[in-house]
Amino acid sequence: MELVAFNLANGLIVGAFYVLMALGLSLIINLSNVVNFAHGNFLAIGGYLAFSLTPYIGFWGALLVSPLLTAVFGYFIEQVLIRHVYARNHIYSLLLTFGLGFILQDACRFIWGPSPLPLGIPDILSLPITEDLFFITWYRVFMVAVVIVAVSGLFAFLRYTRVGMRIRAGTLDLDTVSALGVNVAALRSYNFAVGSFLAGLAGVLAAGQIGLNPNMGDDLIMPSFIAIIVGGVGSLTGTLLGGLLIGVAAALTTVFYPAGAEAVIYVIMAIVLLIRPRGLLGEEGMLS
Amino acid sequence: MNENFLVRHRQLLIVWALLLTVPVWLPMLGGYTALAGRVVVFALAAMSFNMLLGFTGIMSFGHAAYFGLGAYGCGLFLKFVTASTLLGVLAGTLLGGIAGTLFGLLLVRRRGVYFAMVTIAFGQVCFYIAYKWDDFTGGYDGLRGFSRAPIDFGLFKLDLASSNNAFYYFVVAIFGLAVGLQALILKSPFGRTMLAIRENERRARFLGIPIEKHIWLAFSISCFFTALAGSLYALLNNFADPLGLNYIMSGNIVMITVMGGMRTFWGPLVGAVLFVALQDYVSSMTTNWMFFVGLTFVCVVLFFPRGLMGMLQKRAGT
Repeated sequence: MELVAFNLANGLIVGAFYVLMALGLSLIINLSNVVNFAHGNFLAIGGYLAFSLTPYIGFWGALLVSPLLTAVFGYFIEQVLIRHVYARNHIYSLLLTFGLGFILQDACRFIWGPSPLPLGIPDILSLPITEDLFFITWYRVFMVAVVIVAVSGLFAFLRYTRVGMRIRAGTLDLDTVSALGVNVAALRSYNFAVGSFLAGLAGVLAAGQIGLNPNMGDDLIMPSFIAIIVGGVGSLTGTLLGGLLIGVAAALTTVFYPAGAEAVIYVIMAIVLLIRPRGLLGEEGMLS
Repeated sequence: MNENFLVRHRQLLIVWALLLTVPVWLPMLGGYTALAGRVVVFALAAMSFNMLLGFTGIMSFGHAAYFGLGAYGCGLFLKFVTASTLLGVLAGTLLGGIAGTLFGLLLVRRRGVYFAMVTIAFGQVCFYIAYKWDDFTGGYDGLRGFSRAPIDFGLFKLDLASSNNAFYYFVVAIFGLAVGLQALILKSPFGRTMLAIRENERRARFLGIPIEKHIWLAFSISCFFTALAGSLYALLNNFADPLGLNYIMSGNIVMITVMGGMRTFWGPLVGAVLFVALQDYVSSMTTNWMFFVGLTFVCVVLFFPRGLMGMLQKRAGT
């Protein structure tokens, strides 16, 4: 029973990570039709920036500043590279971000070195919450709390701010939004920055748990794709659900059949595609 | 008549003249024949992929799966069943092709970015299987313990095991058969329908063409050819690598195609030459090869989206 509880808690934490990554990816796919292969590298950059900032502004400062810097970096990348391929065949945006991922990964390796680095977290967070629940440190609780705050913040942003409303409207019908006088190019840039912010935040959190290495994002990008497919392309709530679902499913599979932990998320995807091709909460016809 | 023939088929003649004389001129440039073998194998994979991307307008980003399954199918057959090169190639082709055909059933209703994402995810399934199933596939270290066997044609014996040139010509012969077949398919009514789907899917649908069936068939054909290339790759290295199944490999296949020119028949072959030369050169010069390869990808996308052959054709005004 304890084993199940442990893995369930673990699954929720892993799922929360997938959610942060996948929501950022999903935002960009919905508005710009770009699958950002380099999203995992934005995550790594967020983590490494936190590593470099921590000695000056501490962990808490880095947790705030590093995602913001990642967002600025994302905005810059969108302005310089990504926006040139919106009007072209989708294959170009895939290739562009694929190449960009290579560049960023090697850049991290060049700047911070190829060997893994630890990110120091405050002492209080590395303690277990109680002796019985020795396997859950405060850091894990803290991560889940941050993810909850970030996701609520994102949904509030999309619901109540002007830019957020435009992003949602643009997801549904970009032509009309453009015809109503909204600067769609700028909107896509902001949107990309928001997505990068989420990746950067996930990077800081991940770095505190598993440490840093140049390809730390690689293991997270595929589950994030699957979270989006399972949840349904076009629906952020679906992505949220999909991320948690595959996180928990993978963790529970570990209890009963450890070798199948990664396989199970693909099985879920195949089942969803067979029974409900548009995804759990996806709308028919969206991007398909 | 002869002059006309030469002009009309000059691309074909140039390609084959160069391919058949590789063992003569490549060493002069400082290359080795196995390098040319790699070019031909990648070219076959990319040309098979291009039947989808360039000629049907469908964007798969997971062709490494079928390439890698071809390699593993061939390797496993040679290792565990019987050491017959031709049967191994057949086994690899069937494994990758059938897997692609089955995956295709789940894919045909998706389009655009969604299609690409699902193909990537399927590709990763195969990667994880090869990676995790240690005792059967060799896991992380890849599959070893098989090697290409000589082929006995009765009258003469083709010594693939020890002679690199003999193996190169074996690969080129299969390449020739495969791309010849591809050209025939593209010229057939079915191939013309693929073009119609690429140009305007909705109009093709209104004309009564069963789009999903055609896309499924095109996907399946493309997977069989890609798996054939994969089997040859296993023979080339006497080794099947799990990284050959990874999405990085899929990206490389797409890149080869785009770099050479995705709207041209021979473009992927040109792309394979460029890609293998670049990879070989850069990885011998610096450990930061990923940076330069990535930079090349970005530059090709931003500045040379038509690829080399596409640019040449535009300049020639054809």
